[in-house]
Amino acid sequence: MKEVLLGALHNDILAYVLMALVPLAWVVPFALFAVWWERKISAHMQDRLGPMRTGGWHGWAQTVADILKLIQKEDIIPAAADRKLFILAPYLVFAGSYAAYAAIPFSAAFVGSELNIGLFYIVSISALVVVGLLMAGWASNNKWSLFGAMRSAAQIISYEIPVALCLLAAVMVTGTFDMQQINQMQEGGIFHWLVFQKFPFLFLAMIMYFIGSLAEVNRTPFDIPEAESELVAGYHTEYGGMRFALLFLSEYANMFVVAAIASTLFLGGWTSPFGDFLSGPWWGVFWFLSKGMLIVFVQMWLRWTLPRLRVDQLMEVGWKVLIPFSFVVVLGVGFWVMAVR
Amino acid sequence: MEERMTSERTVAGFGRSLKTEEMVLSMGPQHPSTHGVLRLELVVDGEIVVDVIPHLGYLHRCFEKHCEHMTSYQQVIPYADRMDYVAAMSNEFGYVVAMEKLLKIKVPERVEYIRVIMAEFSRIVSHLIAVGTYGMDIGAVTPFLFCMRDRERVLDIFEQTCGARLLYNYMWIGGLSHDVQPNFAEKVRSFCTYFRPKLKELNDLLSYNKIFIDRTANVGVLPADVALNYAVSGPTLRGSGVRWDVRKNDPYSIYPTLDFEIPVGTGAMGTVGDCWDRYMVRVKEMEQSVNILEQAIEKLPPGDVQAALPKRIRPDAGDLYVRTETPKGELGYYLVSDGTASPFRVKVKSPCFVNLSALPAMARGSMIADVVAILGSIDIVLGEVDR
Amino acid sequence: MTPQEIIETLRSRFGDAILEAKTEGVIDPFVKVSPLSLKEISHFLRDDEKTLFDVLMCLSGMDYTGGKLGVVYHLHSTSLDHKIVLKTEVTAESPHAASVESVWKTANWHEREAFDLFGIVFDGHPDLRRILLPDDWEGHPLRKDYAVPEFYNGMKVPY
Repeated sequence: MKEVLLGALHNDILAYVLMALVPLAWVVPFALFAVWWERKISAHMQDRLGPMRTGGWHGWAQTVADILKLIQKEDIIPAAADRKLFILAPYLVFAGSYAAYAAIPFSAAFVGSELNIGLFYIVSISALVVVGLLMAGWASNNKWSLFGAMRSAAQIISYEIPVALCLLAAVMVTGTFDMQQINQMQEGGIFHWLVFQKFPFLFLAMIMYFIGSLAEVNRTPFDIPEAESELVAGYHTEYGGMRFALLFLSEYANMFVVAAIASTLFLGGWTSPFGDFLSGPWWGVFWFLSKGMLIVFVQMWLRWTLPRLRVDQLMEVGWKVLIPFSFVVVLGVGFWVMAVR
Repeated sequence: MEERMTSERTVAGFGRSLKTEEMVLSMGPQHPSTHGVLRLELVVDGEIVVDVIPHLGYLHRCFEKHCEHMTSYQQVIPYADRMDYVAAMSNEFGYVVAMEKLLKIKVPERVEYIRVIMAEFSRIVSHLIAVGTYGMDIGAVTPFLFCMRDRERVLDIFEQTCGARLLYNYMWIGGLSHDVQPNFAEKVRSFCTYFRPKLKELNDLLSYNKIFIDRTANVGVLPADVALNYAVSGPTLRGSGVRWDVRKNDPYSIYPTLDFEIPVGTGAMGTVGDCWDRYMVRVKEMEQSVNILEQAIEKLPPGDVQAALPKRIRPDAGDLYVRTETPKGELGYYLVSDGTASPFRVKVKSPCFVNLSALPAMARGSMIADVVAILGSIDIVLGEVDR
Repeated sequence: MTPQEIIETLRSRFGDAILEAKTEGVIDPFVKVSPLSLKEISHFLRDDEKTLFDVLMCLSGMDYTGGKLGVVYHLHSTSLDHKIVLKTEVTAESPHAASVESVWKTANWHEREAFDLFGIVFDGHPDLRRILLPDDWEGHPLRKDYAVPEFYNGMKVPY
């Protein structure tokens, strides 16, 4: 794709910008779909129907209508808010989650950038989201938003540790950070997937990574930063209209990023579970997206089932439960890999 | 009230003291978790709440003053409905029991049984909202929707009986405004069979969920002697282990003939008198209400529900205080009559008002998230707190 | 204890603080006491092992017309299961009564409400301010001679 665009446009910068916008073709429709999907899932779990009218069949156009509504809203910035930071924050949050799409392989042929430190890059760039959240909470000049932002910062950096350790366990087995190579190593059917290797360590690693990733994206049971019933809407209380839409969009983009990492590292990414049957560049996209959506579905399912943890209990789970277990997993995998070699 | 209190703390290893400041947070009048328009002024030190100062009166509608200007005692009943609008039948029940004692009239058996059935339905309806919104405050949104779904069944029965879903004007002094419809017994029985498995579902989903228990056990402990000193009543008192229920200890209507138990908090998940105990008392009370409904509908005698309605209500001069057990606690009516047809004084002792006064004692020293949990476990309805 | 016995105990102990008592011809037997002796009497009623009134069920302000205000206390004992009513009268010019907040904590908010709606001042109350009405409201609404003010903070009150 790079060559095609460079050849056609004869202008490096424009080509690179267009390439950077390619994942938007997935992110925006996905966010629109995911919001609708979440409303439908929550509705059916709660014995009701959810959106039914907009667009005809089960209200599929509901999110489109919502986005159109949000775009044309008045842009209100609180008078006492820190203007520059207030405006900048949603863009930082979005940039943090969007930049990770550069290194995620959608298929054997579709990957933004085949970095040999792909995983490391993704984990680091996602940390930009914390800065954005803190900025949003601080700039709102609202005590409740500040609370939400503080809690969020504490939560995200605490849970980075077990998340990174579990990813490290997987990397120890593959020996590389390159996302595309990790995917290629899992070719050959479901039992080649990393989640079933070095059993039970990588299986545990996957579960702990999933729990940690819920904390990374501020989803229940770790949604204290935006705990609706306590802090109104936490760090995004004062945001309205398009700014709010951007924060919301980045939340769903982030959800898919962590789901994509989980599916790439542990569930085989774009490889088919049947080995060679139903594989190929376009089938790869299908498998990758379905695995990602499956994990997103589990995230939504958990959100509507479980209550939320209080902030000190959340810290306790992160530091006193997940970190020791991730150490055990890393040690286990480490010894196993050394013993085999 | 903007005095910032600073406290000095000596931190080991620092060699000098660390100054912290307390912040004053205003939890609403508009807030998703204050169950109405209530302003809680929280003085916090980080996440720890140093003091809670409730500010009431946002929903004060001058009920007591209105009563003094009524031309008839019967006119008070629609106003009484609107106090605890979630369980309106219970408010009416308290008032008519008090009036009938003042007028020294006895109502037909059928009226008593229907009143008890309606009161128990109102208990179920109120506890469903309490339990549902409590789960929502803690973060579990789904049980709220399940409770609302079950509540709709009861509201359908209310609508078929008196035409209204929420505010009824049904229990009149001396009788009822309408008799029940012919298939009433069948509807009540079918509700009872429908509802019992739903309670089990609620327990599976919410009550014994580890996260829910972590959030509510050992939180907001109210010792029994403090509770009695604050005159707390209802599930809030029973959660502290005090087996006190007006239906058993100071009975009225036909409650002495009915067989039911009074659940109390036992500290099963933490300490006696914590939020989980109060919550569980409500869930168990719903079960007991279903028992009462089944017994009452069996024994419902035929008769006329408007036989004892007095033409003119002119009680002798005097005063009395009567209390009944509403879902929120002990609702007391202090009626003073001066011999005319217009009430001289109607004072309502509202259980939510009294229970809310115990909030600062329960919430000092806990975290902000805990204040939400404690407030939800007291189960207040601002209409009754402010009248 | 029967109401008569309770009244006898009070009379023998407090003598002239007890102004009136009635057990016949009323639905709820009551004792009328002097407003400033309320705190002592309440302490006694709560702590004495023959009365043990541990719950203050209700505290109501009253306007008896003719410039007389009053407070009515409904007491109950959970252990001995008996009730009594205490009444007291104050004048509208000098509406002072002793606060029983130190005896029963529930009186804290009830007395604030009586102060708010009737203007009865409870001496010894730690924090006597309005509870239901805004802090800067003028007048005491539940008095029989209350006139609704024309304006409150620039807003017209009667509509």
